[in-house]
Amino acid sequence: MVTEAAVWAIFLLPLGSFVLIALVIRPFLNRWPLLAAVSTIGALTAATVLAALTLRSVILGHTAVFPTWEWLSLGGATIEMGLLVDPLTAVMLVVVTSISLLIQIYSVGYMQGDPGFARYFAYMSLFTASMLGLALSSNIVQLYAFWELVGVSSYLLIGFWHERPLAAAAAKKAFIITRIGDVGFLIAILYLFLKADDFAAAGLNAFHIPDIWQAAQPLAAGGAILAGGALTWMALGIFAGAAGKSGQFPLHAWLPDAMEGPTPVSALIHAATMVAAGVFLVARFYPVFQQSDNAMAVVALVGAFTAVMAATMGLVMNDIKRVMAYSTVSQLGYMMAALGMGAFAPAIFHLVTHAIFKALLFLGAGSVNHASGTFDMRYMGGLRRYMPATYLLVVIAALSLIGIIPLAGFWSKDEILLGAWDGNSHLAVWMNRATFISLLAGVALTAFYTVRMVMLTFYGQFRGGIEQESADAGAGGAGEEAAAVHGPAAHGPEEGEGESHQGHSAGGHSGGVHLAESPLVMVAPMAVLGVGAVVAGYVINPQWIDFLGVPVHWITGFVADGLLAATGGEGHAELPEFNWAIAGISTAAAVGGAVLGLAVYGTRLGRPEQDGRAREPLRLLGPVYTLLSQKYYVDALYEGLIVRRGFYRIFAGLMNWLDRRIVDGAVDLAGWFFRNLGSAVGRLQTGQTQAYATAVALGALLIILGFLLAS
Amino acid sequence: MSFEAFMIVAAVLFCIGLYGSLARRNVLAVLMSIELMFNAVNVTLVAMAKYLAPAGLQDDISAVLTGQVFAVFIITVAAAEIALGLGIVFAMYRTNESVELTDAATMRN
Repeated sequence: MVTEAAVWAIFLLPLGSFVLIALVIRPFLNRWPLLAAVSTIGALTAATVLAALTLRSVILGHTAVFPTWEWLSLGGATIEMGLLVDPLTAVMLVVVTSISLLIQIYSVGYMQGDPGFARYFAYMSLFTASMLGLALSSNIVQLYAFWELVGVSSYLLIGFWHERPLAAAAAKKAFIITRIGDVGFLIAILYLFLKADDFAAAGLNAFHIPDIWQAAQPLAAGGAILAGGALTWMALGIFAGAAGKSGQFPLHAWLPDAMEGPTPVSALIHAATMVAAGVFLVARFYPVFQQSDNAMAVVALVGAFTAVMAATMGLVMNDIKRVMAYSTVSQLGYMMAALGMGAFAPAIFHLVTHAIFKALLFLGAGSVNHASGTFDMRYMGGLRRYMPATYLLVVIAALSLIGIIPLAGFWSKDEILLGAWDGNSHLAVWMNRATFISLLAGVALTAFYTVRMVMLTFYGQFRGGIEQESADAGAGGAGEEAAAVHGPAAHGPEEGEGESHQGHSAGGHSGGVHLAESPLVMVAPMAVLGVGAVVAGYVINPQWIDFLGVPVHWITGFVADGLLAATGGEGHAELPEFNWAIAGISTAAAVGGAVLGLAVYGTRLGRPEQDGRAREPLRLLGPVYTLLSQKYYVDALYEGLIVRRGFYRIFAGLMNWLDRRIVDGAVDLAGWFFRNLGSAVGRLQTGQTQAYATAVALGALLIILGFLLAS
Repeated sequence: MSFEAFMIVAAVLFCIGLYGSLARRNVLAVLMSIELMFNAVNVTLVAMAKYLAPAGLQDDISAVLTGQVFAVFIITVAAAEIALGLGIVFAMYRTNESVELTDAATMRN
């Protein structure tokens, strides 16, 4: 039985660590920045233990309903603060705390010597605390507050090296694009304000999340306060917020740019916090989504489309972190598609396994950067000889991502594909089929780009790292360097490598090349994640028999039962059984993609040219390569058309006109009027004494006349 | 002599003075015109004291000397004012080399 105080402590410990670092360690003890790391890691260790206890308590079925505290009272609406601990929350808590803890330990090695060491840990604590608060919120307004806090702390961390213009721009881009989605979320909340009286009449609170679930159920006691088109739009508003945070098309553009932050930050953003928040949000309001077929269709199709589109862009990126970033976008698409397909539990299962192997991949990228000084894969190569541990761990994570049995990724991806195959009976058949085919194509693409990444990074000859890259950048002409500047205007029409040149500054130390394994403090957390990436899939969700005391289909059953309880059902949810046919098809797709990748990059085709430069076989695709490396021109569309033309020219132009003509005009008119009035009156002032005297005399006469006429 | 006769004389005097002070350019003439207006006022004051005093007091002139006292004050003040005014005229002549009022337009601006 876990107490309320213990659950609050999961959130308050990292928050306390943030406050301690920000108010005490950084101002007074900044000479010993390691204190900040100790504070963060200590807080997160305790939080991880408490989260595990909470999970255990929820598994054992202890009641975890805590009283809520009134926060605000606005008219008839009462906004409360409280804890909502259900299976979904419990799983999220464990994932967030444990992944974050490992990343903090890794950061001690990665960020060593950085002047912002203490500040970094302060932000990381805040980031983790926000995510934990988000997972624990029982009230939608409380959840929204933490939602924005996650956005703010990601902004701070992406722009951690704020002296680099690219990092500052990336932070701004992430903040603004996620904010666009948040408008939808805010509108959904505002709609609840409108409905507050209806909720109150049914004895519910419009902002209490379980009450919102209940209100969406057509047959529940509350009686479908939310229904019809309004419910669909509300669900879509929530999904807009989730799409912004989770990088779903068309709001995915910020995620790859977020690579400008330190690499452990990327790992945290891409694994446990930030992007997981979007999937979590949809899962949190799943009982609402379930009641709207249209909303489910949108979630499924957007997810499936994102899964394929992001994977294709991942094919051609030269920056190792960008490949992983697009991979994350793609995998989040899988989760969203699974949610839309009604496969709630597999989506959460995939969230968990993805958090493990994607964190490992990013930490591996950081480790590679530690040795080579660059993130540009064209300047890597052959690293397996110098850093065998990193190589082994990254390969494990890569195989897990590809979905090779029996690694973690296989089991969760298989569940999603199975869910997509079974389909959502409320959706049209073509939607189900399109989703399944997209996801299956995504598996092959994932395998290809993952193999490409591993081959370019670890095989072949070492191609010089940051030193070669700097030399090339110096000799290669200013044109290519200019292409690294953001904005499509700077991109050459043919040259599709704009972003790759950011590699040497993006999130790296640029500390020169020293080909050696990373220190133990970095490798050890990776090793832990490596074990997780191998076993987690089967251990937490055994398929056929109880395994190590874990019952069959444990995690999917656990969260699915939680969902069933949330919608007022009883007993256990039905779970799909392992299907050899689907597993075979997905494995075939994965192996096919991987073999193709090996064929292209493992043979002479992908070998470097004579001068040691990497060759890019995908260039043979011609216009397709250009299209992909330009990211489907989505960035160009956003920046060129919407921002530059739409915003700067039309909107800003209109505002400029309004400001000059209307606002300034009014001010100028007032000045003009009184200046002219003054000069007109001034002309009367002749300085002739007798003129004044005449005026006085006439005035006196007028007054006398007035009195005479009045009497 | 009727009360109205005094009033008419005073009004005529006042109007002549007003006209002179507004129309003449020469400062000395203006000052003299102002004296005319003063004296028009003096005439009215003395006449009113004589004719408009309460009926019971009209024979005892010593009880109602208000108007006459006022007139004496005005004469005194007028004398002082002329002294001051002539001083200003001298100063004005020194700077402008003229006693024309139209030349003394420095009050403008």
